[in-house]
Amino acid sequence: MPHPLLSVRNLVKYFPLPRSPVDVVRRRAQERVHAVDGVSFDLDRGQTLGLVGESGCGKSTLGRCLLRLYRPDAGEMWFEGVDLAQLDDRGLQPYRKRMQVVLQDPYSSLDPRQTVGSALLEVLTVHAIGAPHERHERIVGLLAQVGLRPADARKYPGEFSGGQRQRIGIARALAVGPELLVADEPVSALDVSIQAQILDLLLGLRRSLGLTMIFISHDLRVVRYLSDHVAVMYLGKIVEHAPAADLFAHPRHPYTLALLSAIPEVGEDPQATVEIRGEPTSAVRLPTGCRFHPRCPWKVDRCLHEAPELRVLSSGHRVACHEAGA
Amino acid sequence: MTDLALAVERLSVEIPTRRGVVRAVRDVSFGVSPGEAVALVGESGSGKTMTCRAIMRLLHPPARITGGAIWFQGRDLVMLAEPDLEQIRGSGIAMVFQDPMSALNPVLTIERQVAEALPPPAGPRAERRRRVVGLLRQVGLPDAEQRARAYPHQLSGGQRQRVMLAIVLARRPTVLLADEPTTALDVTIQAQILADLGRLQQQLSMALVLVTHDLGVVRRTVHRVAVMYAGQVVELAPTRELFAHPRHPYTLGLLDSVPSVDCTVPLMPILGTPPDPVGIGAGCAFAPRCPLASAECLRGEIPLAAVAPGRWSRCIKAERVGSDRGAAPAAQRS
Repeated sequence: MPHPLLSVRNLVKYFPLPRSPVDVVRRRAQERVHAVDGVSFDLDRGQTLGLVGESGCGKSTLGRCLLRLYRPDAGEMWFEGVDLAQLDDRGLQPYRKRMQVVLQDPYSSLDPRQTVGSALLEVLTVHAIGAPHERHERIVGLLAQVGLRPADARKYPGEFSGGQRQRIGIARALAVGPELLVADEPVSALDVSIQAQILDLLLGLRRSLGLTMIFISHDLRVVRYLSDHVAVMYLGKIVEHAPAADLFAHPRHPYTLALLSAIPEVGEDPQATVEIRGEPTSAVRLPTGCRFHPRCPWKVDRCLHEAPELRVLSSGHRVACHEAGA
Repeated sequence: MTDLALAVERLSVEIPTRRGVVRAVRDVSFGVSPGEAVALVGESGSGKTMTCRAIMRLLHPPARITGGAIWFQGRDLVMLAEPDLEQIRGSGIAMVFQDPMSALNPVLTIERQVAEALPPPAGPRAERRRRVVGLLRQVGLPDAEQRARAYPHQLSGGQRQRVMLAIVLARRPTVLLADEPTTALDVTIQAQILADLGRLQQQLSMALVLVTHDLGVVRRTVHRVAVMYAGQVVELAPTRELFAHPRHPYTLGLLDSVPSVDCTVPLMPILGTPPDPVGIGAGCAFAPRCPLASAECLRGEIPLAAVAPGRWSRCIKAERVGSDRGAAPAAQRS
């Protein structure tokens, strides 16, 4: 495949903070949250990119920009030769059904007074998918695809458990036959035995439908299970991006190392690696130089005033750190 | 059982509902010694939080204790009246919750709230402040002196949880119940707080009961683990042995459901969902989801039986758990 399905360049999304009249009178500068601050990556068709990071690192904002639920402030998002960042709502319409989202809490995104069948029917009708008389059959097929029974179409969301509701959320995303699926913490609210069932469902669907997926999670264990590539985010930037096996076997960025050492593993104890103290700095008043330097165990003078760019260390392994060795 | 800081014996909690009686905690027994950390692990609805609330005698009506005993310093808490319980809560047995924001008062400074918890005599103001700052330092709050003057909303989630710990430790409790204390926190913060909690527990030789849904959290923090399912303890074992050789099919299923970063052994999810808490029948509650289940599993109540020194399992086929897999799951993952 010559071209990636999705190509993101220097994507930026800021959220301005509210200004009080006092701020205006005193001419204080507008403050803003640097949610996504210059992110670039490519994603090939059929591949899954895992986006990991702690709360506030911008991973969900990035996901929402890619779906154009947010309009990015700058940067490009090329989807099959079209820059989605430039399109208006009308222009985006044909792309909406090619990109779908699965959210963390399907309950809040399902209408409690609408049966599952009618929710799915609505999606098919809005996007004019299939002839009206075929739609019922299609709904039964969708439910089967996610492991639900045809009779479940007549039930309301409240009658399902959390895991089953997530299956409904997935069925609704698949109803329009998307090519790109953005899954934002899809298993974070589920118990571990149910979580494993949903992960296996996503893995199976990805294979059978050839889906391209962006999988957002704070849990590295879950990301490892599902992703071909992994991008680690910290305060709005990608700090490390590599094939999944490579990233977990040879993490290069001190933040990735710290995340890996902090994971509560059920398997063998990990080798002692990097422990960090403190908490992420505010995304409003960013530190100078490297954003990670206030917590970094490797920092040198250069890190205080020069922000590291992502550089290629080995094939496909990019890292943004002055001190990271090959 | 005299050396135990807390001993729970055959505790049962029931909640009458319109649909029927929910047996939230069924015949739960475990003990914890001074300086020891024990985890209650289970999925939502397994009864782990209910067990904790019952120990504190803080059940919300209509939930009530219907049987069993909770032994603490020679007294059965189940039998005690409210004035006696108030003497024990906080200074004898203390509890921290998942969400510190809802436990802290939003309109009082951190200093005020920690000072409130100090055992009398409080002493002059400067003395009180010194003790508060000392406590905040002890629980690892950075810039303790400035943070003491802050309000809860000015702190991050991790810092608030540290403040809660300081409040709880002010009374030097013998037993600390921690209900999912790090579940709402990011993983690097979680690791710091768990490490600090373990350190404090050792230093003060407190007995710690850690409630969590995350087996990974348990592994590095506690000495023994009680795995709960549908209101019962189904397996009780020293941590290392539990992970190396689980002796209940549910424990094995849980371990196989957690993805690992080390390698990509396929997950083996437990099929199905936990039972409806109303009207759990006789026999093993896990049988409908269990790969080893047979007719005898549904015949009568299955006791928590000793399967090795210091190890208990509520499974009549404990010997066969994991035997068809050759190596133990933890070893497979490495």
